[in-house]
Amino acid sequence: MVKLNVNGTSYDVDVDPATPLLYVLRNDLKLNGAKFGCGLGQCGACTVMVDGKAVFSCLTPAMLVEGREIKTVEGLGTIDDPGPMQKAFIEQQAAQCGYCIAGMMMRAQALLEAKPDAADADIRQALEPNLCRCGTHMRILRAVARARDLMQGKSAGNMAPSAATGRG
Amino acid sequence: MKRFWISVLILVVVCLAGFAAYAWKPAIDPIEPPQRAAFDKLLIEKGAVLASVGNCTACHTKPGGKSFAGGLAVPTPFGTIYSTNITPDPKTGIGRWSEAAFSRAMREGVERDGDHLYPAFPFDHFTLVSDEDNKALYAYLMTRHAVESRPPANELPFPLNLRFVLAGWKLLFFDKGAYREDAAQSAEWNRGAYLVEGLGHCGACHTPRNALGAERKGAHLAGGEAEGWDAFALDASSSAPIPWTHDSLFDYLRQGWHADHGVANGPMAEVTGNLGRLSDSDISAIATYLSSRMGEPTPERAAAAEDIRKKLSIDQGGTPIPASATTGSPTSRGGAIFQAACATCHDGSRPQPFGGIDFHLSSTIATRDPQNAINVVLFGLPAASGRESPIMPGFAATLTDDQVADLLGYLREAYAQKPAWADAKAKTADTRSGKYRVSVQPSDGIERSPDNVGAKD
Ligand code: FES
Ligand code: FES
Repeated sequence: MVKLNVNGTSYDVDVDPATPLLYVLRNDLKLNGAKFGCGLGQCGACTVMVDGKAVFSCLTPAMLVEGREIKTVEGLGTIDDPGPMQKAFIEQQAAQCGYCIAGMMMRAQALLEAKPDAADADIRQALEPNLCRCGTHMRILRAVARARDLMQGKSAGNMAPSAATGRG
Repeated sequence: MKRFWISVLILVVVCLAGFAAYAWKPAIDPIEPPQRAAFDKLLIEKGAVLASVGNCTACHTKPGGKSFAGGLAVPTPFGTIYSTNITPDPKTGIGRWSEAAFSRAMREGVERDGDHLYPAFPFDHFTLVSDEDNKALYAYLMTRHAVESRPPANELPFPLNLRFVLAGWKLLFFDKGAYREDAAQSAEWNRGAYLVEGLGHCGACHTPRNALGAERKGAHLAGGEAEGWDAFALDASSSAPIPWTHDSLFDYLRQGWHADHGVANGPMAEVTGNLGRLSDSDISAIATYLSSRMGEPTPERAAAAEDIRKKLSIDQGGTPIPASATTGSPTSRGGAIFQAACATCHDGSRPQPFGGIDFHLSSTIATRDPQNAINVVLFGLPAASGRESPIMPGFAATLTDDQVADLLGYLREAYAQKPAWADAKAKTADTRSGKYRVSVQPSDGIERSPDNVGAKD
């Protein structure tokens, strides 16, 4: 039995404590936002937040995160009421197939919570561990920059054109 | 009595005058910055290779900054020293240095204007470099892009901020002079010794230092410290579970990893990355010299290595331990963490360098200090930009200090058959908080990028 706190809700899950958090989220809690890409910490598709920091859930045994605050993409907002990160990704049409996107959003969210005024270069650097096989990185970078501005209460009009995010 | 004091005074004055005469170095006249055409192309190319042996870029380039423009903060136990600009910029670099001034800096650790240089610049090694090699290095550096950039002022306490004090340091610890061949050894051995002890300055990291920051004479290559990493011993006290040989050293230095030893990490990644420019014959010479310093392994070490080889050929991987991270002894908690978080890559089933090392082979686990293991667990091995490279994710956000200590304790006992490190937890906390600074580099480590220095959080 493992006790997990996910998106503000407590769960008692009956799994082997060594089970990767990713499997618990997807199979037991039916939170399918986080994806399995490689299972080796090499792609970032499984990224979630633990105590505000981005971690690879595929390499995080459930027993290590008992009693800690886990946040998944489902915790950022709902379909009817998307959070700023999700809004920004929709606005910028940043998803192609979408497989990497939940992981991208979670890593970006962790960055912006720690550093609300992250520069474009910070965003680029922070997202480095996350891969997108469709190659929509430029839009993803734009979306995160947009999310930063949304979170800081800026409107659509005054997005500074930026060298780091380049053309989409 | 009065006469006694007068003689003491005279003695003091004479000593001071003597020291001043020793400490005082003349300025060498500035020159008009030479044109590129003044240097022979082949000489410049030779200098490029030599500069990579000297790993000049590592200290003289700031992460994300322009090559050789300096400004990198080098933390020392005495304070922070900033590397200088060695581009040919006439105002802020060495553009007005003559070759004689450059050679003197290498030979004696003295700036063009006569100031003593801090031994963070390893002139105690560079003094061995030959005139021809200095000529080539000079040609190479004087033909780089000139960058106008002045490094910040050093942050050193009194009296270390006074450069003449360094003359005293030199008096105590510095032996000036070119490399002298050892006639009893082969030409290859001598070539290796020249590169290792001179320009390569391996001892700057791999030799322990005394309280005044000088390499300890009696402990040459016995293991030191560099940028927050334990630089392993390169003598008979090497911690490598499978003893190094000429061939494994050659492969490791050539390609940055070896199946018996793993992947170069930390500042060593930069070294193996840089050595990519060196000829096979020079790398072989280095391997010859270093393997002779390590000597033949003792029969016990050789037998232990044989055991490891046998173990690895039978079952790939460590002793399985029942998973329970919350109950049981620290070792069994650590074993559970290993099985759940590390074994996917480190069970030895995927070949190196892209698969993780089997810890039976790991010097990092077998060595006396937990620091390198802590660095790797917390920060991992970042991906090199623009090319394939071994990587490892860092676990700083996942593992608490206690969990890191449990994990390392397990690895020590299960793989190195040694007791857990007593200071693992405290060192993990200091490393995580950034109190103890660590440079984190991708395994090819050639370029210092802005993202790979220091604790990440
Ligand atoms: S699935 Fe976790 S990093 Fe790829
Ligand atoms: S959108 Fe398809 S992998 Fe990123």
